[in-house]
Amino acid sequence: MKIPLLTLLGALVIGVGINFGTDAFIQLTLIYILINMILAMSLNLVNGFTGQFSLGHAGFMAVGAYSSGFLSTLIPPAEGPLQILYFLIYAGCGGLAAAIAGFLVGLPSLRLRGDYLAIVTLGFGEIIRVILLNTPSVGGARGMYGIKGPADWTLGEFTFSKFLFGYAHAIFWVIVCFIVIWRLMRSAHGRAFLSVREDEIAAEAMGINTTSAKVRAFVLSSFFAGIAGSIFAHYSNYLNPASFSFNRSVDAVIMVVLGGMGSLSGSLMAAAIITALPELLRPLQQMTGVDLRMVIYSLCLILLMILRPKGLMGNKELPSPWGWLKKKGAQHE
Amino acid sequence: MQDFLQHFINGVSLGSIYALIALGYTMVYGILQLINFAHSDVYMIGAFSAYYGAMLLGFQNRPGIAALVILLFFAMAGCALLGFTIERLAYRPLRKAPKLNILITAIGVSLLLQYSGQVIFGADPKVFPSVLQDSVITEFLGVQLKVLDVAVLLVTFVMMLALHYLIYHTKVGRAMRAVSTNMNVASMLGVNSDRIISFTFALGSALAGVGSVLVGMKYPKIEPLMGMMIGLKAFVAAVLGGIGNIPGAVLGGLLMGLSEEMVVGYLSSTYRDALAFGILILILIFRPAGLLGRGGVEKV
Repeated sequence: MKIPLLTLLGALVIGVGINFGTDAFIQLTLIYILINMILAMSLNLVNGFTGQFSLGHAGFMAVGAYSSGFLSTLIPPAEGPLQILYFLIYAGCGGLAAAIAGFLVGLPSLRLRGDYLAIVTLGFGEIIRVILLNTPSVGGARGMYGIKGPADWTLGEFTFSKFLFGYAHAIFWVIVCFIVIWRLMRSAHGRAFLSVREDEIAAEAMGINTTSAKVRAFVLSSFFAGIAGSIFAHYSNYLNPASFSFNRSVDAVIMVVLGGMGSLSGSLMAAAIITALPELLRPLQQMTGVDLRMVIYSLCLILLMILRPKGLMGNKELPSPWGWLKKKGAQHE
Repeated sequence: MQDFLQHFINGVSLGSIYALIALGYTMVYGILQLINFAHSDVYMIGAFSAYYGAMLLGFQNRPGIAALVILLFFAMAGCALLGFTIERLAYRPLRKAPKLNILITAIGVSLLLQYSGQVIFGADPKVFPSVLQDSVITEFLGVQLKVLDVAVLLVTFVMMLALHYLIYHTKVGRAMRAVSTNMNVASMLGVNSDRIISFTFALGSALAGVGSVLVGMKYPKIEPLMGMMIGLKAFVAAVLGGIGNIPGAVLGGLLMGLSEEMVVGYLSSTYRDALAFGILILILIFRPAGLLGRGGVEKV
């Protein structure tokens, strides 16, 4: 428990630094990076570790976002420092709603394999979007307004800004997601997931209930997708079904593949790269006058698949910085 | 009854367009087991090459059979060339790679075509040249039979006959069937499988080009993102009929077109997109191999 807590504290200190050192645009991009990190890690659990190809991640994110946003209009958050607790509760509820959706979707469709599963999840993702589009109580095609987000809180001289609350909330869930998946993959359940990826028939012959293993992975993955959606909803205060289109699911898949299937640290890096790249290419757009960003982005994707099909990290992980520091310290003594 | 017949005609005409595009998906899947996500954007490029071809020859406002033939030629040639190039540059280097990588490459190619389309053609919709003058041919029991619907059906029918002849009565068709049954054995018996795969891509893309002209004829508005929805629906049609199965794609396309038209006619048009996926999910849960497909047992 020590390392995650230290990481959380370290990240919070960095957050305070970012709060004063940068403008709102960079802060927003940073929050999006954190949201995408959760999305990528959770999708990696299904696509990378369990070897099932899901193309409907945006749908579960939408379920989480809408249910959490709707909850916040029913029970508005408190003022002051306690608001973070409320956002944690909203996120938990959004995650639960997404997990239930994941269970309902996963149970019938995970009996299918490979491409078919990809198509079914794509279909469910689109259906969730169309249902949201046709539900007037969450705004329909106009989108959902009035979602309560983090607010500034002033304590004497010091102001805890909206960004700081959003950042703390997001970083908390990034760390929770990382630890949960990391520990899970080193448990018996995780080994079952891996065996399903390696050879489904052999896993079944060894007495693993493969459908149940897949559904479990899928439900947990949907839960975290819902959390990511909830963070997104409360930070942007506005939701529109168009934000959860097929393209967002594809983005999540691209992050998983770029980082390496089955590598959590790879997912973290890829989420940062994929989110920041279009923003970094903005000067190019101003120079040439045409929007070449997405052309370059898609070209990179094709080249990556041809030249480095295993992604940045393959299925390896970055060495833990804490372990590295410990080793350094031991050498000095 | 009158309404029903009218919806039926519209549905068949829409469904035959879906069928043409679905054929491209199903042929590629039959040979490579690859969902060619870029197919819907090949279709989009078909519409644009017909548009620019008509501009080049000054056929924007001269409807008639000649315009139809010329537009079809440009769309088919453009699409076939593009399909061939995509296979050559993006899919062939990955022939031995895991399936997922090829699938992601296909998504990448699709995005590339969409966004380059937006850069090159501009994101605003363009008006497709008028191909045929629409008028009512006959009116029977209050049901209108229009020129465009008849033309769509005729063109589709001719294309399907040609395709049937090509696949079942020519040498290259036999080679295609051989490669889709078992690529290794086919190449051992002297079929150049790479060349057959290229040919399949070109053929499927050309059919998408035909579809794009027919759609442009009925709904004359083209834009770089026009392929997305119709592509997904055509794909659902292919799965519905049993992906990899050529008669299945035609059947699936017709069923999709009919059911969509019926939903729009009798229920509500906002759910027309959800319908496609609803059908897809039902079929995959209850009959994963599709209506005409045969499910195989996985061997170890």
